[in-house]
Amino acid sequence: MGFETVIGLEIHAELATESKMFCGCSTDFGGEPNSRTCPVCLGHPGVLPVANREAVASTILLGLALRCAVTPRSVFHRKNYFYPDMPKNFQISQYDVPLTSGGTLSMDMEGYTREVGITRVHLEEDTGKSIHIGESGRIHGADFSLEDFNRAGIPLAEIVTEPDMRSPEEARVFMQLLRATLEYLGISDCKMEEGSLRCDANISVSVDGRPGTKVEIKNMNSFRSLFRALSFEEERQRTELGLGHEVVQETRHWDDAAGVTHPLRSKEEAFDYRYFPEPDLVPIEPDLEWVEELRGRLPELPRARRNRFEAEYGLPGEISAMLTGEKALADYFEEAVASGQDPVALAKWIAGDLVALLNEAVVPIQACPVHPRGLGELVALVAQRIISGKMAKDVLREAFETGKGPERIVREKGLAQIEDEGELEAVVDRVIEENPDAASDMREGKEQALKFLMGRVMKATRGKANPELATSLIRKKLSP
Amino acid sequence: MSADIPYKDALSIAALIREREISALEATEAFLARIEEVEPRVHAYINLAAERARDSAAGIDRMLQKGQALLQHRYAGVPIAIKDVLSTKGFTTTCGSRILENFVPVYDATAVERVSEAGTVMLGKANMDEFAMGSSTENSYFGPTSNPWDLERVPGGSSGGSAAAVAAGEAPWALGSDTGGSIRQPAALCGIVGMKPTYGLVSRYGLVAFASSLDQVGPMTLNVPDCAALLGVIAGHDPRDSTSIQQPPMDYLGSLSSEVRGMKAGVVRELSSEGIEPGVLDSFKRAVEVLEGLGVSCEEVSLPSFSYGLSAYYLIAPAEASSNLARFDGVRYGFRTDAEVDDIWEMYDRTRAEGFGPEVKRRIMLGTYALSAGYYDAYYAQAQKIRTLIVRDYGRAWESYDVLVSPTSPSVAFRLGEKTADPLSMYLSDICTIPVNLAGIPALSLPCGLSEGLPVGFQVMGPPLAEQKLLDIAYALEQALGFDALPPVASAGEVA
Ligand SMILES: [Zn+2]
Repeated sequence: MGFETVIGLEIHAELATESKMFCGCSTDFGGEPNSRTCPVCLGHPGVLPVANREAVASTILLGLALRCAVTPRSVFHRKNYFYPDMPKNFQISQYDVPLTSGGTLSMDMEGYTREVGITRVHLEEDTGKSIHIGESGRIHGADFSLEDFNRAGIPLAEIVTEPDMRSPEEARVFMQLLRATLEYLGISDCKMEEGSLRCDANISVSVDGRPGTKVEIKNMNSFRSLFRALSFEEERQRTELGLGHEVVQETRHWDDAAGVTHPLRSKEEAFDYRYFPEPDLVPIEPDLEWVEELRGRLPELPRARRNRFEAEYGLPGEISAMLTGEKALADYFEEAVASGQDPVALAKWIAGDLVALLNEAVVPIQACPVHPRGLGELVALVAQRIISGKMAKDVLREAFETGKGPERIVREKGLAQIEDEGELEAVVDRVIEENPDAASDMREGKEQALKFLMGRVMKATRGKANPELATSLIRKKLSP
Repeated sequence: MSADIPYKDALSIAALIREREISALEATEAFLARIEEVEPRVHAYINLAAERARDSAAGIDRMLQKGQALLQHRYAGVPIAIKDVLSTKGFTTTCGSRILENFVPVYDATAVERVSEAGTVMLGKANMDEFAMGSSTENSYFGPTSNPWDLERVPGGSSGGSAAAVAAGEAPWALGSDTGGSIRQPAALCGIVGMKPTYGLVSRYGLVAFASSLDQVGPMTLNVPDCAALLGVIAGHDPRDSTSIQQPPMDYLGSLSSEVRGMKAGVVRELSSEGIEPGVLDSFKRAVEVLEGLGVSCEEVSLPSFSYGLSAYYLIAPAEASSNLARFDGVRYGFRTDAEVDDIWEMYDRTRAEGFGPEVKRRIMLGTYALSAGYYDAYYAQAQKIRTLIVRDYGRAWESYDVLVSPTSPSVAFRLGEKTADPLSMYLSDICTIPVNLAGIPALSLPCGLSEGLPVGFQVMGPPLAEQKLLDIAYALEQALGFDALPPVASAGEVA
């Protein structure tokens, strides 16, 4: 049987506007529960929504970045269902006339490019947050629930893709690219862990070209869990199909700890949303001038920047993709390049050791203790052979931990390499004298003896010997 | 002196206070005394704000004494009744429902804010059909209101409390709300003036929504000049209401003119023939003749889509209501069931089952059904098409006529309990008023006579934002008709 996996995503990104979608409340994360609320976002009797122009602008910007068309006249709809985190028991959303639609996002996979169709990008309001107290941890079987409406009414951009992804890896890359896009546009905080970026997926497996049954997966809270959940589900559906079973159309919940998906109770999902046009809001009719002004504000987007990094700086594709995947990382790189050092070397240091240090310390690149200029110093020190590559790793770590510049560290610790041939020759001579057995092995052409002797030289110089110079001296003196 | 104050119109009271003939507190006390006298028979109010009213009247007096009254305090010290569907900060707002029995809002509706800025003094919150759903005020959780013209009869609805308060001298004027006739029909049945302004002219912020695309706040007054004055206070753009019209402020009272010669009026055939009580029709036709006498040419016009108005309305209004009323769920405020429940779904069910009355439940079910998957196109979408047709019919009419006229209500006030068992016959009470809401246009009802001793209402409809024209015609007609009958309750203090 020829299986093909088909994946579409539905993503919600909280927009980083000053105020909420339909009222003046702050959108800041982390206030005391229910401190960022007012009668409007609490759904008090008689209140009315007023649409936030900044949120509309952000959504149009995102639509344009995803090559969508802007709808001349789009409308808000009410999506009706009861849930305690929704103050009005309806969500103001968009239905058949979204703000923007019909775009694409191209992503460079290894060896091929995937064009993912963007069905629509629309605007809606977020719900509050429930904490269910009781054994189940869910609303069913809870003893009671607590509601925090700080998040209720925060603008959400909803991005719906066509079912154009063919593997969990493509879905992950898509999400990363979309997150980068949101970040480049500066319209969302994009924190999956805090819930400001959320993703649901539809996945089916077609057999010999016959479309499979769609299963919706919810509760994937990181790129990793998105990949794991889809991989699990892909495997589960293939197994079912292989056994000749039908795949049931349903919504499944990803349990990250257990690493499995399981069906959600149907009652939580069996809603008829009874969409109808929101009578309290007027249609959004963005005038052409405004749309063009927004188009003019589009920054260089991740894929363009990646291509530029490859062309302009000669970066390898993988490193370029990694750096441009996070705007701040790419910015850091370009600041470091301004130091005049080799861009490839800089990029490798960032993508390798620096990112490892950042991850280890759980520090974002924006708060990196090593200034881009400092990284330039480090690369210069290595290029000028003042320190070895191995020493540079230690210097970087120390710079990261202390905030001191690499030059200063090298100076203070006297770490500069012994470049002086006379000085080094004396050390080599002494080492040969103290290790006659190894010396004679070396003379007999036994190459492993070189490693041993180099180790002795390094020990004697506390690692400061220029390794290439030391090697050539040993070879010269002990040639067979 | 103060015993004469009730039944004085609001503008006269404003003048008396301004001229220091009486104090604001005296005006308020006079109405509170009147309320004490007739309220046991009329029951126009759900909650009285006596102390609050005395405080604010005394405050206004202090201001007047110091000469600090501002230009905006145009009607300083004039008492007012507010329909209990408008949010009043710090004062219980029930919407006539058990589910909000003890609900105290944290903010004022824009209309409330504006009448308060104008210096008026709120006497209390007027009775109404629960969530403004009804035509008789019998659907109030707090019991019905009686018609001051005949205590055995309904005052109309849903703004029946506001209408009865004005008619019984329990307030010189009042605010109501009109979704399908809820200002005009009770105004007609109680013999007062009531106006539904153009949709968007008065902010809906703080008006607890029944049907958002139809609701409008409006004045209920003793006469047309008061109506013009109160409309001038509450009309105007409000950034908190997205459907609010951007319009420069109008001085309806200052511009009021009874010079209407040369205007053209269309008499809507569909609203002034079949299904209208003969007594009402007679009174209406006499008023049309008076209008002609004033130099307004009147001719019959047919607006065929109006026959579908009622059906469209009873799909659109309940559909919106089913969604608007979803927030009353016992989670955050208002009534919550005392019953032991297993889960939140049962809590919702019990709270709403116990908190809403039968008419509200009926409309929530109707609306939920009309919006359901598979029925939307057949009902809601179809109703919207009729709405478009009605707008078009009106649009064509404005090419030939300045205004359209009809009786306001097909009958005079009916008996309490007469229609409660038959919702459809109750719905028919709004047959003449509903098309106006569907089209979003302004309309006004003024008393044009009595039939069997009960008031008959005359409805004038106009194109969007033609409030001034409606007021002018009504003013001219009011003067020509000289309707000045008072309801029996006015002098029936000793009868009860
Ligand atoms: Zn708010």
